[in-house]
Order: sequence, then structure tokens, then C-alpha cells
Amino acid sequence: MSDTADHSAHHIDVKEFHPRARAAIHNPQIRQNFRKAMDGLMSKRKSAFEGWELETLRDLGANIRLRALANLPDLLEQLEQKLTENGMTVHWAADGDEACEIVRDICVARNAKSVIKGKSMVSEEMELNHYLDAQGIEALESDLGEYIVQLADETPSHIIMPAIHKNTEEISQLLHAKTGTDLSHDVEYLTANARLQLREKFMNADVGVSGVNFAVAETGTLCLVENEGNGRMTTTVPPCHIAVTGIEKVVPNLEDVTALLALLTRSATGQHITTYFNMISGPRKADELDGPEEVHVVLVDNGRSTIYQDDELLDTLRCIRCGACMNHCPVYTRVGGHTYGTTYPGPIGAILMPHMVGLDEGRHLPTASSLCGACGEVCPVKIPIPDLLVRLRQESVDGDTVHPAKVRGHGAKRGAVEAMIWKGWSWMHARPGIYRMGTSMGARFRKLQPGKFGGWTQYRTAPKLAAKTLHQRMKERSQ
Amino acid sequence: MVDSIKVYPAKPSKVYFYGTCLVDMFYPDAGMAGIQLLEREGIEVIYPEDQTCCGQPAYTSGYHDEARAVAKAQLGLFPEDWPIVVPSGSCGGMMRKHYPALFKDTADDGKATEIAGRIWELTDFLVNVCHIKLDDLGEPTTVAMHTSCSARREMGVAEVGPKLLGQLKNVNLVEQVRAEECCGFGGTFAVRHPEISGAMVSEKVDTLVDTGAKEFVTTDCGCLMNIDGYAEKNHKPVTGQHILSFLWQRTNGDGGKRS
Repeated sequence: MSDTADHSAHHIDVKEFHPRARAAIHNPQIRQNFRKAMDGLMSKRKSAFEGWELETLRDLGANIRLRALANLPDLLEQLEQKLTENGMTVHWAADGDEACEIVRDICVARNAKSVIKGKSMVSEEMELNHYLDAQGIEALESDLGEYIVQLADETPSHIIMPAIHKNTEEISQLLHAKTGTDLSHDVEYLTANARLQLREKFMNADVGVSGVNFAVAETGTLCLVENEGNGRMTTTVPPCHIAVTGIEKVVPNLEDVTALLALLTRSATGQHITTYFNMISGPRKADELDGPEEVHVVLVDNGRSTIYQDDELLDTLRCIRCGACMNHCPVYTRVGGHTYGTTYPGPIGAILMPHMVGLDEGRHLPTASSLCGACGEVCPVKIPIPDLLVRLRQESVDGDTVHPAKVRGHGAKRGAVEAMIWKGWSWMHARPGIYRMGTSMGARFRKLQPGKFGGWTQYRTAPKLAAKTLHQRMKERSQ
Repeated sequence: MVDSIKVYPAKPSKVYFYGTCLVDMFYPDAGMAGIQLLEREGIEVIYPEDQTCCGQPAYTSGYHDEARAVAKAQLGLFPEDWPIVVPSGSCGGMMRKHYPALFKDTADDGKATEIAGRIWELTDFLVNVCHIKLDDLGEPTTVAMHTSCSARREMGVAEVGPKLLGQLKNVNLVEQVRAEECCGFGGTFAVRHPEISGAMVSEKVDTLVDTGAKEFVTTDCGCLMNIDGYAEKNHKPVTGQHILSFLWQRTNGDGGKRS
């Protein structure tokens, strides 16, 4: 398929959203793969929450995240202290590059040549694999989806299911070409083969790199949610474990994890619980038989502390990375994850990525939504995603002098023509007499209405002006 | 999305009718039907002549100064404390949910919030304030319903349309698959991302056609314009109208003809 090149990690221009969207819309395979997968995920989520007081649980989830964010600086200090007490080494990284360098330094100090990785979106933010590769350190993804994406030299198209854009046929061909596995539609067979390949890598890896779902401040515990056991292998088999996480993942207490976990697994994959739930509380102790000798925790900022400074944008940081917003997004379902050209696609990506790449680069992201609100409706921590999309649209055109824009790269989308059109529109609609005159003229001369309106009439007939406006009819009625 | 619990007012003697610009220019029949339904319930309908547009198109496009100027021109239209009814979940949602945010930190903050609290989507108002009882006078028919995303998620009125249609004894309401999915309108979204919007509306029309219904009704003129326009251009065997037009035709005693 020719679009493989577009998906490969280092050739993505975020600004080129439109051409990628067009290509995806006209690619029946992509359309079918996503529709089928998203329909399945939506229905699984729905059944998983049956019998639950979902709104109460979402309120609880939202409040836990809000409370954690309200105390974020203190919680991070507490977390660092507890992690250190538990024998882990804490590192702070201002951005992705710094985080990569920290990982490299740890690898170099241990003379590590091979890294096995569990699934981590923060490591995708960092583009860690490519960085390590350039340093002569092999990094191999062990999550099956990530493994497939890595073999294809692509990026994840979904934050939970990275290879969701591929169907079994495509995966079978990829594995055959890259690893010599026989062509087969038997998922069990394909999985077993991938597992064989990975098992050896686990045994020989010098370092395991994982993400973190929740970091508990009171106990200094790292929680890791996964289904394949690769997360447990990554964090226990190699002699050194490096956990990379965004600074917003901290929660105050272990008790907070209960509700968030219940929401996370149900929202993400419709599971009541995942096959594995790891709670990592330090390196191997003297009397223990297994576990890593060293555990490092890299706390990555990468734009988060800037988001944190705005009371409204702050809500972006509530996210627990379940992916429900993309599963329910009618736009994501049509265009797929790669169209966005960002680490995080879909609605959460559209509100998060502009902070990471700049609103100039990411100017199209907030527009890629009909503001239908499905994302906000399913978000387990009630992030008002549609409101944040509108906020970023405003920022991208510097559209509000009362609430001035502040996101990096704001105003880049403001065009003279569009701004003039809205000014004219506003001028007319703020003057009732002019409005009535204009609309009644429209009604009178409706036969002269153009039959084509750009993108609208590409798919639809033009809207038809009525012979008389409601204003006119009400006026006649009152006479 | 529907966070606040709605407290319905007692049935008033008068309401303000906020028609919306789409109804005004493209679907005045739907507006008249809404007004007549309210009047039949014994409510006097006040139609402020100086109404134009709620400001939503500019608001969702990010041009908030321009939206605010237009919205500000609406704030003075409702001096009495009567409810303001809107034949649209979308414009209703703009006024009820977004006016407070739009006017935050301005001198009109209080007024915008006060008005927001009086905004009601019209079908919701008919069911939950007027407790309307409908007497179906039309021929047997099958219809599907598309509830707009803003009616569903901002105004929380997804159950209302089916309740109203359920009162019509000769109307068989059928539900399309993925009924809760957006039709792809999204205001300027349809023009900014025509291919994506086109893909969404084509699937919406297919699911409506698959129900076997020849007509559909909807709470919002944006969706109507989008879905009906696609069906017409592509010769799909389904046509739509605003739910208020449909309700009025079925119950006004002229045999169910379109007004």
C-alpha cells in the first residue's frame, strides 16, 4: 500500500492534515478497518459499564484527577521522595530530548546495547526508538501492536491499539515479510510466533523501558495496566527498568487508583479488568529472587507545566489515556489515526498536541471536529474536549480580545480574508435592521441564489432560501 | 456533557420565541409550526423583531469578538422573565451553555448568564413544560428520527423527540443504526473539511435509508440541510423535515398536508 511511506515515523508534516484526510477517506481498507474496530470498541465499552452508575463513576474519576492536578507540585515532590525511599532513581526531563538523553545516559552507564520496550505513549512523544537507534542501541517494542507498527516502520494510529489500522491480512503479510512467519489468518498462530521472537529478546535485553498509568504519591508505586504480560516481562526480566511518564500521571493515594482503573479498562477496551495489573514498588530486594537491580523513573514535562498554568487548558491534563474519545469520534473513525500526523491522534490529540508542537504547526487539529460532543460524553474523567477545541480554535485565529490567546504559535491561522468575512458577518448580524433587509432581499431574489457553495455542494444540494423569512411572516401576521 | 440538572418552570402564559437564522431564512415553516404548537397550548408567543443569529457560527470558528458582538445584540431582546424557546438544540445550546463563557469577564456577564438560564429547546418545552398531548390525524406512516448532537448532548433532550412521536398513533418510529452518531454538519466544519463531512453524511443517509422509512425528522435545521441535501443530490429515497413541521402537520386538522 502506497500510504505506508506517509505513516513512517519521520516524514510527517502535521500541517498536511487535509491531503492525508482525503487519502484516508478514499481508502476503503482504512475506512473499513477503523469502522469495524471502532464499532466493536464502542459496543464493548457500552456493555462493560452496564449495571454501573456511570455518571457517578465519571464524576468520581473527574474529581480524583482534578484533586491530583490541584496539588500537582506537592504531589510530585512527595512522589519523588517516596520513589527514592523505595530505592528508585528519579529523573526530571523538561522535554522529549532531555528525556531521551537521560535514558541514553542510563544505558551508557550500564553498557547496555539492547532495550526492550513495553507500551508507552510518552516514549512515542520522545521518539525514543529512533533516538536510541542513532546512538547504536537497539530498542524493540514488545507490545504486539507496537511490535507490528515498528516492523512496518510506522507510528501508532491509536493510543491503546497502535496497529488498529491494519487487518489480519495486512499483519500476516508484514510478519511474513519481516520475520518469515508463514502467511496465515490464524491470529493465535501469528501471536504465538511473535511471542517466540520476543521471548528471546526479553531474555537478552539489557534494559526494559515501560510507561506508567498511575504514579501513586503516598506509596511511591508505579501502576502499569496491560494485557499481554509484556509489561511485566519488561519491568522484571532485564536487570534495569526505566519507567518514563508524563508528570500529570501522579495521583495522591492508592485508593484513587481503584476508580481510575475501573474507568480506564472499561473505557479503553471494554474490559472489567486487564489481564495484568502491575504495581511496581522498587528494584529487587536482597531476599528476592527476581526483579531488576535498578529502577529509574523519568518524569517528563514536555509542555505539560505550560498547560498547567491555564485554568481552562489544565483540564487537558486530566486524561488517563483510555482512547475512548477516539473510539467514539466520527472524524477519527473516518480518517484514522495517521491522518492527524501527531503522537496522540483523535480528540485528545487535537487538544493536547497543539501545546507540544505549537498551535502554528497544529493549527488544523482543533478544526478536525464537528463538535458533536461524543468525546466529551464518553471521557471517563469528563474532560470538556469540545470546549477546549473551541478555545484552541479561538487561539489559532487570535479571535478574542477579552480572553487573549496564549498558546505557543497562537494566531497563525488568522487569515485576512476569513477575518474580514467574519467581521462583515458580525457587522450585519449585530444590526437587526440591516439583517432584516438583507434576509428579505435574499428571499425576494432567491432564484438568483448560486447553485454551488464550494465543499458543501460537492456532496449536497444548495440550501434553498424560503420565499418569505420567518420575520416577514410574523410581521404579516401581526398586521 | 449535560452537567446541570434541569429545573423546568411551571407552564407560563407567555414565552419569547427565538427563531434562529436558519429557520428564519431556510425553514420558516418549522418556525411557524413551533409557534402554532405553543399557541395551541394556550401560550402567547412573543417574537422579538430584532432577533438575528445567536452568534454560533463565529463562536465555533474561533472568532469570539465577532460572535460576542452578535450575541450582545440578542441580550436585550428578552426584558421580561418569560422562558425563551428555541426550535434548535444547536442554537439553544449556544445560548444556554456557551453565552456565559463568551461573556465571562465582560459587563454583560450577569445578563448572559441570566438569559442562558431561561433558554429551552422547543420540543423539550412542549413535553416537559407544556405536557403536550398530541392527537394524530394523519395517515399511517413510518419515520426515522435524527436527534442533533447538540440537542442530545448539550441540551439533553434525546428522549423527547421519540416521546412526541410516540404519541402519534399512526406513526411508526424506526431507529437507524448508530443513531447517536453525528451527521457531519458541524457548521463551518462541513465547508472546512468537506470530504470528512461528506463521508459522515453519506453513512448517515445510508443508515436512514436502511430503516425503510421514506421520511425522517430532526430537531435541527443544520442537520436537516445536511442530510436532506445529501439525499437529494444523490437521489436517495428519503426526505426530511423539522420535527415541529411534522408534528404540526399531523395534528392541525388539515389532513397532514405540509403547511
